[in-house]
Amino acid sequence: MSNGWPLWEVFIRGQHGLSHRHVGSLHATDAAHAIQNARDVYTRRKEGVSIWVVPAAEITASSPDDKGSLYDPADDKIYRHPSFFDIPDDAGAM
Amino acid sequence: MYAQMIKSEATKDDPEQLAAFQARIDAGDKIEPKDWMPEGYRKTLIRQIGQHAHSEIVGQLPEGNWITRAPTLERKAILLAKVQDEAGHGLYLYCAAETLGVSRDELTEMLLDGRMKYSSIFAYPTLTWADMGAVGWLVDGAAIMNQVPLQRTSFGPYARAMVRICKEESFHQRQGFDIMMKMVNGTEAQKRMAQDALNRFWYPALMMFGPSDAESVHSEQSMQWKIKMNGNDELRQKFVDQTVPQAKYLGLTIPDEDLKWNEDKGAYDFTGPDWSEFFDVLKGNGPCSTERIEARQKAWDDGAWVREARLAHAAKKRAAQVAAE
Repeated sequence: MSNGWPLWEVFIRGQHGLSHRHVGSLHATDAAHAIQNARDVYTRRKEGVSIWVVPAAEITASSPDDKGSLYDPADDKIYRHPSFFDIPDDAGAM
Repeated sequence: MYAQMIKSEATKDDPEQLAAFQARIDAGDKIEPKDWMPEGYRKTLIRQIGQHAHSEIVGQLPEGNWITRAPTLERKAILLAKVQDEAGHGLYLYCAAETLGVSRDELTEMLLDGRMKYSSIFAYPTLTWADMGAVGWLVDGAAIMNQVPLQRTSFGPYARAMVRICKEESFHQRQGFDIMMKMVNGTEAQKRMAQDALNRFWYPALMMFGPSDAESVHSEQSMQWKIKMNGNDELRQKFVDQTVPQAKYLGLTIPDEDLKWNEDKGAYDFTGPDWSEFFDVLKGNGPCSTERIEARQKAWDDGAWVREARLAHAAKKRAAQVAAE
């Protein structure tokens, strides 16, 4: 039996101004239903002030096999991190 | 535990890939749904997470039994909230299992036709209000022992579900202990009810951890894959050591004449449960086994028209929207 309700991914923004964060998934027949279910399943303890729901089928994800080629270019650019540079203590807070 | 006697599935994969997979696990990597994984790892996890999910869902029944008869409105609201949490825990876990390529409906059907199990503990009846105390205190207490380490399990979606569950589980145990405190400070009859609940739930709670590691043939592979984090005996001992002082605090007696502190091992010696009873319950011969599955079957059958109607309504709305555009 596979004519179940479609899968939705749920994102919640908490109270402290951070971005929406993926919290899990659920089944629902349409967007309004998904929001309703997300409220019941993922915000029983005031975990959020805003809910996004996205049909799981609409998400395009990078493939785990691309791990190398996607992220390698960052490997040799450690100067992008502030800790790459030695600033003398005498220069004060920076 | 909520997942008992999980048979680890044999794996027939390329040895090189298996070794690379094990190296990732040993290095503390999380395995994500789209990553390569051995067939045995996938199948064992579906069985384990599925059984865990079913236990959360079936676990609503013995407590749901008391919602309409809770002694006060506040207790009723608290019990409702707890039972609703259990439903939520079941849903988090079903979603985690679904990432492994099994559908929610398939999982439900496997529970209903007996191919998948739920924890032995929920095949026992809840006869008095004090049982709500004993279940929260002992059953949720035992579950926490197992679930806290599972937050570090190797499969990402399972670990994340466990983090959410553990956050909520502590409320469950405390509300149970709170009920027990109220009962033991009540009338003589209430105190007797509390003792009676402990007497009936003690050994079934010990069974939750599963048979002794010495007899558990499936533990080794699962431990290597980090989908089982601790031995059954180790967790059972920890549970006893934590619970005995709490029973003393309540002025209740653990129903075990041989229970005593062992100075040398720095832990309690205790009598193990009757394992023949455990195996019998797991086979579906527990006092409430038939009733539990019948209740799930009825919910599934009675809900069929709702599942279909919602889908039909959503399709109709979509069609109307397309026509309007």
